[in-house]
Amino acid sequence: MTDNTLSIEVRPAGQAASVIDIKGDVTADSEDVLTNAYTEASAQKIRAIVLNFTGLDYMNSSGIGLLVTLLVRANRQRQKVIAYGLNEHYRQIFQLTRLDEAISICDDEATALRTAGA
Amino acid sequence: MSVPMPPDEPKAQEPVGEVETAAAVPRDAEHWAKLVSTIDVTNAPEGAVNINVTGKSLVSPIQGFGKMWQKTYKVPLRGAEASPEEVIKEWKANFPSFWPPRNFFYGGLTGIAPGDVALLNLSMPGRLKLSTGVFVLFADDESFTFMNPQGHMFAGWITFSSYRKSDVTVAQAQVLIRANDPIYEIGMMLGGHRKEDKFWHQTLTNLSRHFGAQEEVETQIVCVDKKRQWSKAKNVWHNAAIRSGIYMAGAPFRLVAKPFRADKQL
Repeated sequence: MTDNTLSIEVRPAGQAASVIDIKGDVTADSEDVLTNAYTEASAQKIRAIVLNFTGLDYMNSSGIGLLVTLLVRANRQRQKVIAYGLNEHYRQIFQLTRLDEAISICDDEATALRTAGA
Repeated sequence: MSVPMPPDEPKAQEPVGEVETAAAVPRDAEHWAKLVSTIDVTNAPEGAVNINVTGKSLVSPIQGFGKMWQKTYKVPLRGAEASPEEVIKEWKANFPSFWPPRNFFYGGLTGIAPGDVALLNLSMPGRLKLSTGVFVLFADDESFTFMNPQGHMFAGWITFSSYRKSDVTVAQAQVLIRANDPIYEIGMMLGGHRKEDKFWHQTLTNLSRHFGAQEEVETQIVCVDKKRQWSKAKNVWHNAAIRSGIYMAGAPFRLVAKPFRADKQL
């Protein structure tokens, strides 16, 4: 799934989780791509969505808003949302916007999958 | 002719280091506010009521109480020559002038920049003047976002942006919010939503007229989450409307006490 500035891959990670690899820019234009990725990731009955931000190049406040709406959808399905691959800058943005209180932040994929129980 | 550098020459490493440093700074870094735990107003303008802001934490929609709403208000600036960058520049520079009357926005002297804190004195029913504030979370050439502190009516943020669609520049305000506490949530159900919609309609209409456009404002409302977060009901402790009401009720006493306070200072 791609738009001009964002490409997203969805891959299963065990029985309990799906990983969404995010590469590029997360902005208001990413809404459809991110929504489709979440729908694909949730097609199997999973307990957690793992967001891989290793390839994140740019994010604005609309992008943060999209993550909040993704979180609401996941909570409705009783799924945990876990993030990894955030550099120091984006970790601080998660703290500033207090997203870190609802999205668990891990250092790497292995830790994220352990947290997911996958 | 190129001369290879000796292998141990330290200068050979410098350009690599510079490239790595440049690559390590994200493109959006200068547009985001720096991390803060609480906000502070250092120089309140004369005439502004400065309560309910200093020492407050910021709250996203996750920390709010009520249903979560995404409301989008937009107006095409048909006929205006302005680019999205020009619209945002003008909007930032004259932000308070586009607001409906009897509502005051006291921002920084330099306009709207990431990390700024602005005071709001808002006109509420029953002649209540609600004093609260906003924090500039993000600002670039095509958008800027305010995030609200504890006690504000809403937990969340509002993004003002401009973009081109079908060769027309569009101005947009989009909120992603929950009412901060049960009292605000009741207020929203009893006409608060209507009042808020009217507020942003008026603001966008004023902006549109400023650019010489005459189109109507379009509104799109989505309830993102119907659930109320009862664990956040205690947010009522910070309710800026209640605190502003108490502050207003204490005005006569402060007036009587003023000469004594002045004596004490001498």
